[in-house]
Amino acid sequence: MPGDTININNRAKDQHSFDAIVIGSGISGGWAAKELCEHGLKTLILERGRNVVHLKDYPTATMNPWDFPHRGEMTRKFVDENPLITQAAGFDEGTAHFFIRDNDHPYVQEKPFEWIRGYQVGGKSLIWGRACPRWSHFEFTSPARYGYGIEWPITYDEIAPWYSHAERFAGICGNKDGLEAMPDGEYLPPFDFNCVETDFRYKLHHKYKDRFMVQGRWAQLTKPGEIHLQQGRARCEARDLCMRGCPFGGYFSSVSSTLPWAIKTGNLTIRPFSVVHSIIYDDKTGKASGVRIIDTNTHETIEYYAKIIFANASALNTNLILLNSTSQRFPNGLGNDNGLLGKYVCFQNYRGSVNGAVEGFQDKYYFGRRTAECMMANFRNLHKQDTDFVGGYMSFMGAWRERGAPEQSEEQIGASFKEAMTEPGGWHMYMYMQAETIPKEINQVSLSKDKKDQWGIPLLVMNVGYDDNDERLLKDFLTQGSEMFDSCGVKNITQHDNHWAPGRDIHEMGGCRMGKDPATSLLNKWNQLHHCKNVFVTDGACMASTGYGSPSILYMAFTARAANHAVEELKQGNL
Amino acid sequence: MNRREALSSVALLLGGTIVGAEAFLSGCTNTDKNIGAAGLNFSPNDISFLDEVGETIIPTTSTPGAKATQIGEFMQRIVADCYEPRDQQVFLDGMKKLEEASRKKNGKSFLSASAQERHDLLVDLDKEQKEYMSKKKPEDPSHYFRLMKELTLWGYFTSEIGATKALRYIAVPGKYEGCIPYTKGDRAWAT
Repeated sequence: MPGDTININNRAKDQHSFDAIVIGSGISGGWAAKELCEHGLKTLILERGRNVVHLKDYPTATMNPWDFPHRGEMTRKFVDENPLITQAAGFDEGTAHFFIRDNDHPYVQEKPFEWIRGYQVGGKSLIWGRACPRWSHFEFTSPARYGYGIEWPITYDEIAPWYSHAERFAGICGNKDGLEAMPDGEYLPPFDFNCVETDFRYKLHHKYKDRFMVQGRWAQLTKPGEIHLQQGRARCEARDLCMRGCPFGGYFSSVSSTLPWAIKTGNLTIRPFSVVHSIIYDDKTGKASGVRIIDTNTHETIEYYAKIIFANASALNTNLILLNSTSQRFPNGLGNDNGLLGKYVCFQNYRGSVNGAVEGFQDKYYFGRRTAECMMANFRNLHKQDTDFVGGYMSFMGAWRERGAPEQSEEQIGASFKEAMTEPGGWHMYMYMQAETIPKEINQVSLSKDKKDQWGIPLLVMNVGYDDNDERLLKDFLTQGSEMFDSCGVKNITQHDNHWAPGRDIHEMGGCRMGKDPATSLLNKWNQLHHCKNVFVTDGACMASTGYGSPSILYMAFTARAANHAVEELKQGNL
Repeated sequence: MNRREALSSVALLLGGTIVGAEAFLSGCTNTDKNIGAAGLNFSPNDISFLDEVGETIIPTTSTPGAKATQIGEFMQRIVADCYEPRDQQVFLDGMKKLEEASRKKNGKSFLSASAQERHDLLVDLDKEQKEYMSKKKPEDPSHYFRLMKELTLWGYFTSEIGATKALRYIAVPGKYEGCIPYTKGDRAWAT
């Protein structure tokens, strides 16, 4: 009967209709789902990878070193087949299941770019570094002030309450240090310094009044609050095995925190194995009407519909999806009237590190494995341009005591050697940089005209590189780091440039930047596409500049703010 | 029961011949000539050989030594599964070189040498590898004994025995204390 067919179609359309669709289940996607579901919106999360359920899908979480056949090392065969992903920080036998395999997900490198991806529910939030310093007002204003970027459409003061909102729920430990270049947030108690760090920071501050080594602001539950217990999470047990997934929920991930929270509202549907092909634009309404996916198992194309769409596919995948979302109105990609979509891609520069030895402290040690590192706020180009480069860098640092003191044994073979190797040895200090890079039009991603992935989606082409400013900044970090170490009594100081290609930092950003002017940006101050306001981009793609502070907690803040704005606008009938 | 009968009865119990039994009966001379000959397949005799190399580097003291952690099997697994082909060859050739060095220095195979003879030999080889490693060009391969020593230290201290008996291992510390007293002789943390 014809009528039946219509009914079936209507039912099918109903079943495929939601209030909101969130593309991606990583750090920002999880936050979008949490906020939207809490406000009563029936929300669909689309995740291209498999499902991962807290506790259940952490197969290596409680394994001891000797439980791994290669004690953590990947086999040569695996490394040969996966030269890219095996370079990722933290990749080993205990975490490999949370990263992609190279051959499954090709892309084109016109310039070297190491694109690190984790395709599963939870995305890279399972395997992130977890550092959560706040950006300062300097980072929001410096690009426009010094002429190396556009003006951010929001200020630090506008985002500050949303930082607080994200920090309280995610659970960030840290100390309130009162630094202008690294504002304080809502922190759980900080971790301890070890004895050498305490000594170093005291000396450092005496030599350099403007430089502060502070305790890491990190997404670890040092002392869970009521809100964290409600999430089913418990205290960080100082195992330092976070990236395997934590059986205590001691660090923040979508899987341990925002997604279960959203599920509890009864408003969330998670659809794994769903690669997004494009966002569907409706010429009649002038809005996006839904999302077209390809089921990765069946290769079937399916459409889902919603009033609002959040793009949280990870910075470069969000660019890919928007570029691939073409229509009569937007032949060059959704919202891309100015042709800037995919351009001004930037990243943070991690190339430099400084190491050295610390004498003494032989009668001091530590207990447990700290899951956070010490931090130093940026001290360059804050109130004025005071170097030969623009932008700044913050540093991660700390002291550790070596295992094994071979020098205590005359012979380097046998019983006395063994004895010496079972004792702790000397102390060491390390420091590495996290630096700002300049957003540039030439640093861009685009869609391949002829190469496609296994689902028929064009491959992403990378054209992203360093520039002279990056080299000058790196030189300054290495010089300053060495001088600081030297002036505080650190010995045998070595400098290192790892020559990483961009991307290995896993802090790629931009391509769909926020801005005040639709002629020079894609998103407005609420992360809405200027020209398609029911589409929100709140992952790394939205960034107008990179800053030097870690971006994840800022993505959480942006997402929560944008989601609440979206709910408000829906209520007002504006979307 | 003489030695041959004893071995035969064990073989019967196990339902076959004992691989490497010839080595025990002959004082190891015949099979020891074949050390490293099985390539990446590593014969049982190769594993015994590597067990003893490891045990000489990290011997049994008040705590078990490397042999108790099946260090030979560990070396085999890492060399076969994880090493670059070039380092695999260095390692396999190195087993033969170590065996030759034993014959040259002690006039007998490594497995038939006494613990003291093995120790003295490896002290020599360790000096040799340090000398070589400090002078080699970056693109030159590592010295074979450097590889064996590295594998022994890595395998031993990440084994259950090494981590929990020779070192201190706490799977779930529960807290981090930044600054605690250390008394000489306290063992280092395994992880």
